[in-house]
Amino acid sequence: MGHGSMLRKEDARFLRGRGRFVDDIQLPGMLHAAVLRSPYAHARIVSVDTSAAESHPLVRAVITGEMLADRGLAWMPTLSHDVQAVLATDKVRYQGQEVAFVVAENRYAARDALALIDVEYEPLTPVVDAQQALAPDAPLVRDEIDGRTDNHIFDWEAGDAAATDAVFAAAAHVSACDLLYPRVHPAPLETCGIVASSDAVSGKLTVYATAQAPHAHRAMYASIAGIPEQKIQIIAPDIGGGFGNKVGMYPAYLCAVVASVITGAPVKWTEDRSENLMTTSFARDYHMRGEIAATADGTILGLRVRVLADHGAFNGTAQPSKFPAGFFHTFTGSYDIPAAHCRVTGVYTNKAPGGVAYACSFRITEASYLVERMVDVLAHDLGLDPAAVRMGNLLRPEQFPYVCATGWEYDSGDYARALELALEMAGYDELRREQVAQRQAYEETGRGTVMGVGISFFTEAVGAGPRKMMDVFGFGMADGADLRVHPSGSAVLAVSCMSQGQGHETTFAQLVAEELGISPDDVEVVQGDTDRTPFGLGTYGSRSTPVSGAATVVVARKVRERARIVAAAMLEVAPADLEWTKGRFDVRGVPGVGVTIGEIARAAHSDLELPEGVEGHLDASCVYNPPNLTFPFGAYICVVDVDPGTGQVKVRRFVAVDDCGVRINPMIVEGQIHGGLADGIGMALMELIAFDGDGNHLGASFMDYLLPTAVECPSWELGTTVTPSPHHPIGAKGVGESATVGSPAAVVNAVLDAIGVRHADMPLTPAQVWRAVQGRPMRTDLAVSDGW
Amino acid sequence: MQVPAHFEYQRATSVEHAIALLTRHGPETRVVAGGHSLIPMMKLRLAQPEMLIDINDLGELAGITVAPGVLRLGAMVRHADLLGSAQVGALLPVLHDAERVIADPVVRNRGTIGGSVCQADPSEDLAGAFCALRAVAVIRGADGDRAVPMREFFTGPYETVVGPAEVLVELRVPLWSAGSAYLKVDRRSGDWAVAAAAAAVATGPGGVVTEVGIGLTAVGRFLAEEAEDFLRGRAATEANLVEAGRVAAQHCRPTADQRGPVDYKRHLAGELTTRALRLAVERAA
Repeated sequence: MGHGSMLRKEDARFLRGRGRFVDDIQLPGMLHAAVLRSPYAHARIVSVDTSAAESHPLVRAVITGEMLADRGLAWMPTLSHDVQAVLATDKVRYQGQEVAFVVAENRYAARDALALIDVEYEPLTPVVDAQQALAPDAPLVRDEIDGRTDNHIFDWEAGDAAATDAVFAAAAHVSACDLLYPRVHPAPLETCGIVASSDAVSGKLTVYATAQAPHAHRAMYASIAGIPEQKIQIIAPDIGGGFGNKVGMYPAYLCAVVASVITGAPVKWTEDRSENLMTTSFARDYHMRGEIAATADGTILGLRVRVLADHGAFNGTAQPSKFPAGFFHTFTGSYDIPAAHCRVTGVYTNKAPGGVAYACSFRITEASYLVERMVDVLAHDLGLDPAAVRMGNLLRPEQFPYVCATGWEYDSGDYARALELALEMAGYDELRREQVAQRQAYEETGRGTVMGVGISFFTEAVGAGPRKMMDVFGFGMADGADLRVHPSGSAVLAVSCMSQGQGHETTFAQLVAEELGISPDDVEVVQGDTDRTPFGLGTYGSRSTPVSGAATVVVARKVRERARIVAAAMLEVAPADLEWTKGRFDVRGVPGVGVTIGEIARAAHSDLELPEGVEGHLDASCVYNPPNLTFPFGAYICVVDVDPGTGQVKVRRFVAVDDCGVRINPMIVEGQIHGGLADGIGMALMELIAFDGDGNHLGASFMDYLLPTAVECPSWELGTTVTPSPHHPIGAKGVGESATVGSPAAVVNAVLDAIGVRHADMPLTPAQVWRAVQGRPMRTDLAVSDGW
Repeated sequence: MQVPAHFEYQRATSVEHAIALLTRHGPETRVVAGGHSLIPMMKLRLAQPEMLIDINDLGELAGITVAPGVLRLGAMVRHADLLGSAQVGALLPVLHDAERVIADPVVRNRGTIGGSVCQADPSEDLAGAFCALRAVAVIRGADGDRAVPMREFFTGPYETVVGPAEVLVELRVPLWSAGSAYLKVDRRSGDWAVAAAAAAVATGPGGVVTEVGIGLTAVGRFLAEEAEDFLRGRAATEANLVEAGRVAAQHCRPTADQRGPVDYKRHLAGELTTRALRLAVERAA
């Protein structure tokens, strides 16, 4: 790919501190908002008295649920066929839920006034433990829904239950294991925020927001607030990390819009860190039971999975709307497993809504962890080497395109090659010898550390998706691209995806540059403004490169074909007589006779007589409807040293071989992988949103919700194989979430390998590792007072 | 962004000025040193002082001085300064061990040792270290200075003997130990301790421990006097160090939280006490 690892164009402003984020937006007369949140996980609201807050001299408005109810806005639809309270009216259903919205002349006054609002609550028993949510005596979370008598949201299944049961009944060996993928948080450095500016004269609503999917946001405002779509402009300026956290709408966004309408002034709300960690979309929270059937020599015959999914108080997962468990169908992972079945049950609890965020590829993170843990459990139970079990069961290159047991068609792969490369880079056999020696030394002295080696092989399914299969909020998941070519031959590309750090301004410029033979410096990439970009569903699920990237290539090729017609007119030959070499059309067989793309662009805007089929200019647009998902994959190996006396884990090495198809900018790809690997260490070893028995959130600051630092991360050892996607225009597959999907299992497998324990749930904190060594691992999701 | 409630602010020009301001403005006044505990608490509105007295201009409190038999540390010595002092590292390695695991470089650049001990967080790393070393706090009020042993300095979580119109000015650390060490287990670099142990020893002929100080972090009490009493006068054998750890574990009072359950913390108190003693004895040799 041309210009390969060129430096990121956007870094010029980021490194100088000149990025422009939502909280940097200042509008004349702008007011500031703060949200009053529930201190209880579950309580009936008896009364809300805002009079003292309203008489604060700097307060301009106090909005309550009752006021919204009068406008029909107390509830809003979620992306998962449910509704969510905007401001609570009847009761609060999780700690931190929005109860009132204060607008004042500065953010200090807005915050001060929260303390002046008097809310009387009648506390109710909360549902905290998801595993008790369906108990007959469980309190009802959603009693406002007519006829509802329990906390059950949905049952969903994939695969053939009967065929799978038959395989299990006949199998020589079955291993079973309960696994928790705990509730974690994407924790972007930039929290959520909005500036809503409603112009009473023009009727126009301008919204600056941290939106990964600006066009989806516009559609939702139009639908919920009844504002005509052409009167809404969503602008997402620079975004400081999203990880899925910024796909959906949040109650405070809608409140800010209402507040701007009421006050006639722009209203800014910037979420604080505690609010972000407590209420903004969490991720995972899958309680899984896996069963794996195999022959005695480790050939996998079947996989059966039962999942209890904690969706919190409102079913607000952000995913294609026909997929209540996301893409959990991929739970057979990278293996040739003939029989598989899974059943997922979603439940309500008194916790914040969300569930799909944190670079999870719509639940493939959970699916991949499940199968990679189960393969290690199988190897443990059969006394086999986990690398050998994987090698023996991986899909073979000739099986692609491969239709898995749940019906998904994997596009391409050479899995054994990736695993072989990873094993070779790691020096696997030597590591195993060192492990034995170190274990022996530890057992002799009772001091020092033991080491472990963990492997994970993942297959991702990204680039959602084919529009007839996949939609969000009723919108098919096809994305547009517009390419304008100026008379000088420089270009402006407008795309519907939105970078939160992925480097679109660079990689998308490289795509156009490659196709048109111009410099990436001559390509400006526009994103994040609904008035300036074509419709599309934005950036999440690693879909930018597979969908918008494909749209970009297709539109650039359209421009090139228009340029061919113009060049033919310029050179007075037939279009078919021209041949393209990067940046110019030459007359075939006549060396030196040709025109550059710059000359063609100038001519397209000139008085040149143009042939039939070209009206002038070179501009083009397209909508790309992906024919299938793309399936990146990779082989990861983690090496850890564990101190059994304290339970402390040190990640010594991490080898990551990624195959994301053709790489546009290898440096950016490696940066994405680095971040995802760090995420994986975080989730495996420290990240957890815990609650106590009263439903109090125990991780509302970065002192309590731990993210990994550079100290916890080894120097990553990256390897590459390239298996192009057969259906993407340049063979790219996407990589944004690969490392987050693949890495947690490698770390967990390594730690458990070191201590010789079959299973213990994440996060493997020193306490959990020590307890696992003692044979008493903890249920990490339960609060200290109940569970420990 | 988290924003604090309204407060007034004054910069003190001397310790006496600070004491006068504290006296004048009453109990809702707080001294701010490095501010790395107080300011976050104010932003979370867990603390809402009406007045802050900034003592960052008081260079008189920033000295590190080695006098015969005693190390004198001004209350405004920054963590980074303590860690940067080779002399301190040579005399009292326990302080460098502890400083290396306090928060992160940004906090250590600004945070002060006086601020840390006055915050009196039960998980604070220096408290156990100073208790093990039998340091003495010098506290100044309108009536002059008073000296309080660090072992009597802490009266409860986030509570000390420093009065509302008093300022901690100095920590005096007697140089009796021949070897010392601090070991901490945390969930991540920069996190508060799950548990930690500080040890200081002086040894005599035959490897007998003539004096010992053991301090604990985050397990309910900073002291492990029972373990000290066990070890004092006994030889520093592996078996005795393990037994001292067992005694320390037996007498600590951990509570369960997200960092770990009680049994684990109790185990750590013992394990880390033994390991810190082992390292202190090695360093004494």
